Amino acid sequence: MTQATLPDTHADRGKRSFWRRNQIAISPWLFLAPGVIFFLIYVIFPVFQSFQISTLRWDGLGDPEYIGLENYRELWDDPAFYVSLKNNVLWLLLYLLAIPAGLFIALFLNQTVTGIRLYKSLFFFPFVISQVVVGLVFTWFYDPTFGLLNVMLGWFGLGPINVLGDPTYVTYGIIAAGLWPQTAYCMILYLTGLNGVNPEQIEAGRLDNARGWRMLWHIIIPQLKPATFIAFVVTIIGALRSFDLISVMTNGGPFGESRVLSFYMFEVALSEYGFRMGYGAAIAVVLFLIMLIFIAYFLWSMYRETRGR
Amino acid sequence: MFPTPIAKTSRSWQLTYQSLLPVALILWLLPLISIAVFSIKPDADFTSGNYWGWPSSFEGITNYSKVFFESDMPRYLLNSVFITVPTVLGCIALSAMTGFALGIYRFRSNLWIFFMFVAGNFVPFQILMVPVRDLTLNLGLYNTKTGLVLFHIAFQTGFCTLFMRNFIRALPFELIEAARVEGVSEWRIFWFVVLPLMKPALAALAVLIFTFIWNDYFWAVVLTQGVESQPVTAGITSFNAQYRAAYHLMSAGSIVAALPPVAMFFLMQKHFIAGLTLGAVK
Repeated sequence: MTQATLPDTHADRGKRSFWRRNQIAISPWLFLAPGVIFFLIYVIFPVFQSFQISTLRWDGLGDPEYIGLENYRELWDDPAFYVSLKNNVLWLLLYLLAIPAGLFIALFLNQTVTGIRLYKSLFFFPFVISQVVVGLVFTWFYDPTFGLLNVMLGWFGLGPINVLGDPTYVTYGIIAAGLWPQTAYCMILYLTGLNGVNPEQIEAGRLDNARGWRMLWHIIIPQLKPATFIAFVVTIIGALRSFDLISVMTNGGPFGESRVLSFYMFEVALSEYGFRMGYGAAIAVVLFLIMLIFIAYFLWSMYRETRGR
Repeated sequence: MFPTPIAKTSRSWQLTYQSLLPVALILWLLPLISIAVFSIKPDADFTSGNYWGWPSSFEGITNYSKVFFESDMPRYLLNSVFITVPTVLGCIALSAMTGFALGIYRFRSNLWIFFMFVAGNFVPFQILMVPVRDLTLNLGLYNTKTGLVLFHIAFQTGFCTLFMRNFIRALPFELIEAARVEGVSEWRIFWFVVLPLMKPALAALAVLIFTFIWNDYFWAVVLTQGVESQPVTAGITSFNAQYRAAYHLMSAGSIVAALPPVAMFFLMQKHFIAGLTLGAVK
């Protein structure tokens, strides 16, 4: 080490304050303090509080009563819980369609023709709009009396269907509405990813006579891995957080058939069905545990990556 | 470039592609185009069943002025502004500092604190609902804009820290070392050396957070009620309840509510996409 051989000129002054000496060790904590405190109070502690509240019978106002795991036992026999859980699985699986759909549109738009930039931004448009508006728009699209869907079905002689009023179709209908902005998001991720694809490898692939599907599968998609990872993360999170669309489009109906866990917990805890905070917290805990599997996976892959650097 | 650049393909495919583009775009945006058309139709078109036909008269000005002058819409819009802007500023201030701390300094719990922010950011926020609502009630901030702003700042700090930290990691570390050798204090390094370099990241985050918070609905419903504090996403549902079946007004209202983030997106497109796609290329 060259520095060690140099005389420490500052030490000679002997006047170095505590702050001067420890500045580099203390500074990060001063910079972190406001953000960390806020985050602990509003995000980290509430997660644990929810676990605790889920063991209570509590209306949010009066005295809470400790009932152990009674809420979870009730959940076990609650048919509405299973409907919500089933719908959550549907959301998770079908929402992932946004990834291939986004890739498809990105490939379609990855060209250099006049005005393509405007096309790209307009295709991205749905993501910028509030889900409340998306929900409203799709409610009208599905409307049995005037909705465009039924007008179009009419062209093929198919009878009118009331998507949002039919227990068998309702969840699919809402997921389709959610896929619209989500596909736009995945598209923009892939467009950026495609920009970074190594042109030499494509040329090499062309020389080896790889084209079309084989080129896409063996050369392009492996290079898009970072974009796919992010698309996967945001889509999973989006699917598990789904609330706005359900609330706006059906309010959980018909007969509670379009509920998901996040909506059901809101309904139990804060709507006219009574303020059952403990029961709502128990549902949220289940949702959190499902998410925890994914969070652990995301953190693990990020950890591997930071290690790999 | 993949797929094969259009200029190198056959003439017929070039023509097909050029004509396919606008058709695809119109199909993709059809739901939006339809509400845009709805919003300039007169009331009579809906009662007479002319939903999808040509408007019998153009009532755009009447409809939009009704939204602006005869409803609570302006109030909701103003609430949204007063919720969104302080949140953006707060988040950026907090996360610039946390990102700086986690990006520059090497200390033992660094990665763990970083992971705490990342994990917290992924949490389904429904699990926070009951405790946060309770906390806000106890602070006396239920049904106030401040209550909503404080929560949003805290929650978004997770995402922003992830973003800022990665951005700062990519800056040349020699700059900071050079400043330290010169005896510049850490605070001044942050303010005069790092912050100016972070301008693109700050801009990207500002537009992203603006859009996220403007479009938030869940927390607006959980933490506020009533016209004095609700943002426009929650307001639009009461607006729609008030004008039930008045499709022309509901469309006009929705367009007004959706417009600010759209304008933000088109004005700051480069930053917006840079923010969203962070990490999509290596």
